[in-house]
Parts: sequence; structure tokens; C-alpha cells
Amino acid sequence: MRNVLIIFRKEIHGYFTSPVAYLLLTMFAVVFGLFFWNALGAFVYYSMESQMRGQSFPMNLNEELIRPLLSNINVIGLFFIPMITMRLFAEEKRTGTIELLVTSPIRDLEVIGGKWLAALALYGCMLLVTVINLGFLFKYGHPDWKPVAVAYLGMILQAAGMLAIGMFISTLTKNQIIAGAATFGVCLVLWVMGWTGSYESATWTQVLSYMSVTTHMEPFSKGLLDTRDTIYYITLIFVGFFLTARSLESLRWRA
Amino acid sequence: MITVTDLTKRYARHTAVDHVSFEVQKGQIVGFLGPNGAGKTTTMRMLTCFLPPTAGSATVAGFDVLEQPFEVKKRIGYLPEAPPLYPEMRTVEYLQFVGKLKGLSGAELSKRVDYVLERCSVADVKDKLLGKLSKGYRQRVGLAQAIIHNPDVLILDEPTSGLDPKQINETRDLIKSLAGDHTIILSTHILPEVEQTCQSVLIINKGRLVAKDSVNNLQNRARGAEQLLIEVAGRNTDVDSAAVQQRLELIPGITHIIFKDKQQNRCTFEIESHKDSFVRGDLARAVVEAGWDLNELRPTAVSLEEIFLQLTGEPAAVQAEEPVATGAV
Repeated sequence: MRNVLIIFRKEIHGYFTSPVAYLLLTMFAVVFGLFFWNALGAFVYYSMESQMRGQSFPMNLNEELIRPLLSNINVIGLFFIPMITMRLFAEEKRTGTIELLVTSPIRDLEVIGGKWLAALALYGCMLLVTVINLGFLFKYGHPDWKPVAVAYLGMILQAAGMLAIGMFISTLTKNQIIAGAATFGVCLVLWVMGWTGSYESATWTQVLSYMSVTTHMEPFSKGLLDTRDTIYYITLIFVGFFLTARSLESLRWRA
Repeated sequence: MITVTDLTKRYARHTAVDHVSFEVQKGQIVGFLGPNGAGKTTTMRMLTCFLPPTAGSATVAGFDVLEQPFEVKKRIGYLPEAPPLYPEMRTVEYLQFVGKLKGLSGAELSKRVDYVLERCSVADVKDKLLGKLSKGYRQRVGLAQAIIHNPDVLILDEPTSGLDPKQINETRDLIKSLAGDHTIILSTHILPEVEQTCQSVLIINKGRLVAKDSVNNLQNRARGAEQLLIEVAGRNTDVDSAAVQQRLELIPGITHIIFKDKQQNRCTFEIESHKDSFVRGDLARAVVEAGWDLNELRPTAVSLEEIFLQLTGEPAAVQAEEPVATGAV
């Protein structure tokens, strides 16, 4: 555990002494700000309209603003994941520092765990930016916080899984661009794969749709904590870890 | 301290290291010599547990690299060919990070960091970013990193490559001063480096160990026959090189005379002789008595360079014709 922490701190240090973290946080804040602004504007417009039409039911902040906003943001998050993970191992391979890690008395799994936690922490920082925006809703409105908390948990779980996959892809190459682009492709595929299930009911489309990362996000964004979806994401994390560990090991046989 | 038996590393198409065996005693500096691509780095990587051997075994400080890599890693300091530096870290931060990786902590860690900063003379750049350091400093930080946990064994892959002559000397002195406490294996393709820093030498070529001996023995071995260069001149008259050669051939102990050059009234010969005969005195006397002038008489130094070429040159030519044979093993 001590070794995991050493690697974790080194990685966080790496993110925050290079422009990577600041760039990602800024970009994410701007993009989320735009989404939030538009969604809130639309919400206000429609709720005024429905009041004028004399409808008695007030619009629900949770259902009609926060939920679509967070699922959008979750997709946007997919685009940021490659930028977080691409350097994890590719950079070490390029500069040769991987030799230092591998010849130190530290287990591969500790290196992997430390790096993954650091990536997850950076993603967590990005999500913290969104908490500021949502804070305004809580200050001026009365949304229910529990489904929001579950949605955040879902977003973290999904990111944790995708970061593990991205980390694996980063072990395959010395080139950060290649690692980033490949991860980006995989993220896109895992997202779009879910679409088939909405109009086709053949078994294979159901399987495809089940494997999509975004499908499992829906219950979370509704505030529904389902073990199936939780287990899906945890499986994704394990797959990522397993592949990364294998790939690191094979590095030694091939190097 | 290090025992290597029949160590072999095979890749899909070629054998990088082929049945290499050697031993290194505690406190020694051993030079690992070979042309580029001879298998030096691969052997070192197997010793540091970075690569697993295909066959054979290696033990470091009594621990097998395959069976107990953890124990081996704790006892080895390794400087790869390119120092493994993180450009975004400062020197001190980096050394602390590596120290922690190697299992140091607390007061001991800061003590060791201060010590290696001083020892490798990098204290003046301790707050600089590693990415901004010059090559010489980078190499020394790499060395500092390798000794931070006071390892029993130091493995240095071309520690002086890319340095300027002054830095090379400083690095060599540093390495020499580290012997005694540490057992050191250093690889290089620069021969004087081995002559100056190492006690014994392992010469490797095409993955095979072609010589292992102490530096002195190797030099003596090649000096069994002495080579001399002599320049004879006529004072005012032209000198007849054939006559000179005839005269010199009469001297006992000389095995071979090669006419090298003739310019105006001077001519030079290369002479090979038995080591213990009084050839030099006889030569001088013969020349002077014959009425010529002796302009120059010097032994052509036999360096490791020649041994190296003798050992690596010939087999290389033979093997180049049959690469399939080694690859198919």
C-alpha cells in the first residue's frame, strides 16, 4: 500500500506540474459551464411557459435538469479520459523511466494501482468543478440530493472502468498520441455500441447494448443504485487491471 | 557477489546472449566490453531482473534473479543507458522518489539523499528541473539514483557515454571511489575506460563471452611479442633502406622486419621481437656503428584496443557468414 501511495503521489505531481491537469480542468469547466448554462436557460424558459399555460405541476429540477445534464456530461467525460490516461505508461516507455520502476523492489500491481488512482483522482477533480455549478441549484432551488449523489457515484464508476482500459492501451505503445487516439476510439465504440439496442431487439444487439458503458449509466442517473450496473463497472476495472498487468509483464519478454 | 552460469537470452530470430558465464567478487569493478549490439545491455538487464533469461541462471548477492527477483532488486542499483529521469521533477524530489521506491523512509531517506547529492556532486542543481539539466548532470543524477539505497551491486550501462572529456574523468573517478563498498559492473565500448577504471574485464561479442581476465593479464598476454618502431637517417648522404634492413636482420631476437616508409634520407621500419631479448640496445648500437643516425626508437604500445580487435574482429567475420546457425539454436 505504501508503494501504491508513492506512485500515486508521483503521478499526481506529474499531472499538476505539467500543463496537463490545468488544461483538462479548464477545458472541462468551460464545456460543462456551457452545458449548464444552456440547460438551465432552457429549463427556466420551459418552466415559465408551462406556468403561463396554467399547468399546475411544477417542473422537476432533478428529472428535467440535473439528470439530462449529468448524462450529457458523462459522455463528455469519455472524451477527456484518453487525455488523462495516454501518458500513464507510454511516457515512461518513451523516456526509459519504466526501467527504473520495473527494476525497483515494487510489484507491478502497485505501479498499476498507483497510476490508476492518480488518473481517477484527476477525473474526480474534474467532477468537483461540476459540483460548484450544481451548488447554485441547491442554493436557489430544492432538488433532491440523493439521486444526484448516486449519479455521481455512477460517473466515477464509469470513469474508473474506462481509465483502467485507457491505462491498458497506454502500455501498448511508446507514443502518447497513438495511445490517446486508440483510447478515444475505444471510448467512442463503447458509447455508440449501446444505440443499437434501442431499435433492434435481436439477441446480439442486446448483448452489444449490454456491453456499452453508457447503457449502465442510465439507472445511476435516475438515482437507482443497481448491483448489475455496479458489477458491470467493477468488472470493467478488473479487465483493465488484468490486461495492464499482462501487458506490463509481456513488455519484459518482448523488450 | 555475482555468479552467472550459462546465461542465455533468445529472441524470435536471434540469440542476444549465448551461454555467458562469469563471476564477480565483492568490491571489484568489472568492465563489460564489446562492440555495439554485442549483448552487453541484454546481459545487464537480465541481472537487474528487467528481462528474464531464456536459459541459464544468474545470482546476485546469493539470490537468483528468477526465483527471488525482489531480493535482487533491493540489492541492485542500476543506471540504464539513458538515465531514467522524469523531466518534470526537481533533482531532490526525484532522488526522494527513487529512495522511497527502494524502500527508504524518514530520516534515513533524507540522510541518503543529502549523501548522494554530495557524493555525485549534484548538490548545486538540487532544485533544478531534471528536464533542464545538461547531459553531464543528468548522468550524475542517474548515478546518484543508482546508489541511493546503498546497494551491494551497481550495474552501470555506459555511464560515460555522451559526456565531455572532463566529465568523463570525473565520472570515472567517482565510479572508482565507489568500488570497495559496492561491486560494480560497467559496460562500455570505450577501451581506455576499462584500462583506467576496471580491475578485470569481460569481453563479449555477438552474445558470446570471448575473454575474461584481469586487465593486467590481458595486456601482458598481448605483449608477449614486442613491437618497435625505428627511424634511421643518414647524416649527409642518402640512406639505403635495403642496406639498413640487411644490417638489422642480423640482430638476434628479431622475428620480423617490415619496411614502412622512406623520405629523403630517412627510413622507418616496424620490428617485431621476442619480449625478453636485448633488442633495443642492439638495434641502437648496430645503427650507430654502421654510421647512420638513430632518429627514433619506440615501442608501439599494445593497448586493450588490439586485444579487443583480435578477439572480436576475427570471430565476427566468421559468424557473419553463418548467422542462421546461431539464430536457429
